Amino acid sequence: MADTKVLHEFVERLKAKNADWVTDFKDTRGEVTLIVPRTSIVDVCWFLKAECDFNMLADLCGADRGPEEDPRFEVNYHLFSTKHFNRLRLKVLLSDDEPNVPTVVGVWKTANWHERETYDLFGVIFDDHPDLRRILLPSDFDGHALRKDYPLRGYEPYSLT
Amino acid sequence: MSVAVENISSKFEVLDQALESQMTLSMGPQHPSTHGVLRLELQLDGEMVIKTVPDIGYLHTGMEKLFEYKKYQQGIVITDRMDYLNPLGNNLAYVMAAEKLLDLEIPERAQIIRVLMCELQRIASHMVWLGTHALDIGAMSPFFYCFRQREKILNLIEAASGGRMTPSYFRIGGLMMDLPAGFERRVRQFLEDFPAALDQLDTLVTSNTIWQSRTKGIGVITAEEAIDWGLTGPCLRGSGVDLDLRRDNPYSGYETYDFEIPVESDGDVWARFKVRMRELSESYKIVRQALDRLKPGPTKADAPKIVLPDRDDMRKHMDSLIHHFLIVAEGFNVPEGEVYHAIEASKGELGVYMKSNGGPKPDRVHFRGPSFVNLSALPVMSEGEMVADVVAIIGSLDIVLGEIDR
Repeated sequence: MADTKVLHEFVERLKAKNADWVTDFKDTRGEVTLIVPRTSIVDVCWFLKAECDFNMLADLCGADRGPEEDPRFEVNYHLFSTKHFNRLRLKVLLSDDEPNVPTVVGVWKTANWHERETYDLFGVIFDDHPDLRRILLPSDFDGHALRKDYPLRGYEPYSLT
Repeated sequence: MSVAVENISSKFEVLDQALESQMTLSMGPQHPSTHGVLRLELQLDGEMVIKTVPDIGYLHTGMEKLFEYKKYQQGIVITDRMDYLNPLGNNLAYVMAAEKLLDLEIPERAQIIRVLMCELQRIASHMVWLGTHALDIGAMSPFFYCFRQREKILNLIEAASGGRMTPSYFRIGGLMMDLPAGFERRVRQFLEDFPAALDQLDTLVTSNTIWQSRTKGIGVITAEEAIDWGLTGPCLRGSGVDLDLRRDNPYSGYETYDFEIPVESDGDVWARFKVRMRELSESYKIVRQALDRLKPGPTKADAPKIVLPDRDDMRKHMDSLIHHFLIVAEGFNVPEGEVYHAIEASKGELGVYMKSNGGPKPDRVHFRGPSFVNLSALPVMSEGEMVADVVAIIGSLDIVLGEIDR
């Protein structure tokens, strides 16, 4: 198991800066997860990038907990540092009624396609994204395929014509 | 999609006068140099690329959705089909994520064989990259030399797993089965010939002046930009960032092997090419070391409820038969939780995000494909270059559309 002492320090610094930025904090299987309120995700990302050397966004992915859950959606940000090689996961929880989260394209440009993919497959809307279009599925596709209430085979055979 | 003129960045200001000469070229999806079904919308002024808009998704098959409907052990088969040039790397990332959730200890022999097979696969993957990259730029013959070497490795993988392109050799808790008799001898035979083949490729490609003038100074991306765009693997090391997960986030015992990380600082197609060429001989070194370490021992973890028993045990022990039946029919429950496990695949960081809700099927599996992220930086590299250079840049990114579209 990886040593997470450094990551705890970062979390402490983050909390010292603004206690509202972290609502929950988990350390399991050598991985640290922070639950961040969606309104402060951009601030938290900027802070971690500037002060804690998390200069790369390794991955961004969505998850659906199921239509009856509230909050229903998760957006996971996997941060990575090319200087101290630590990883940190930020998690934003979103409800079904308002699946909006501010974009982090301004922090890391690589978020662009990841956010488009998450929008495409989950219907999570990234506010102020420069180019929020579907990326994997056709632009006239109906629904969001990775939601739990979307059937595996779709509603009807998809036609390309 | 039409491109508004006001979106063109200031560095092309001089081109604004000749607007009548601008055209939109749709390159692909069946263009041979796009390595699959990638479509690029190029806005051109004469032969110069002003704007590149990659259009992906032609190969989307909903694999991440499918994972949620399959048991953990069935998911391994799906991973083979993602990056089909590096299937063992995909297997490894997937099974290691599941093993992290299950907290499994893998026997040493299994770990060494995993490293051995992954490095052989890396050589095979780089051989396809070099062959097709050279073919794109116009050199026909390296392709045949590369595929000859790749064929030998595919035969080795076939001997071990039964499959050439879709091995599914790594299983949760270890390997499908131990290496067949005589496998080490065959690998050594391959290793004996490989340095000479590499030298041959060097003379064919590296010292070729046409090759050098087609690749030097093309598709430059700086270190800061590369990190910002999330580039990983040889593309990042070609920009002068010394990062390799095999050394920096070691897994499967990579920290005990002696190898170097090639880094080039120019950030162009030539630099990425040199990084991959040097990586070939580093992989060769790792394969040699792994072979020397192979000692007889178990290849499966001691977890009878997760790992399928040997056929022989099933004939002799009732409980082995019961375990086999339960694993196949019902699967095994994986403790609740989520992990992100990243490995250094042949193209960069291959990360698997796996979330379990306690049942025999995963709640969510997400693959962070290195090709997906590397391709997203193509506009940065290609804008301002010639159309013919776009082909060279795509080749240097080493993308596989199966992984991008998933």
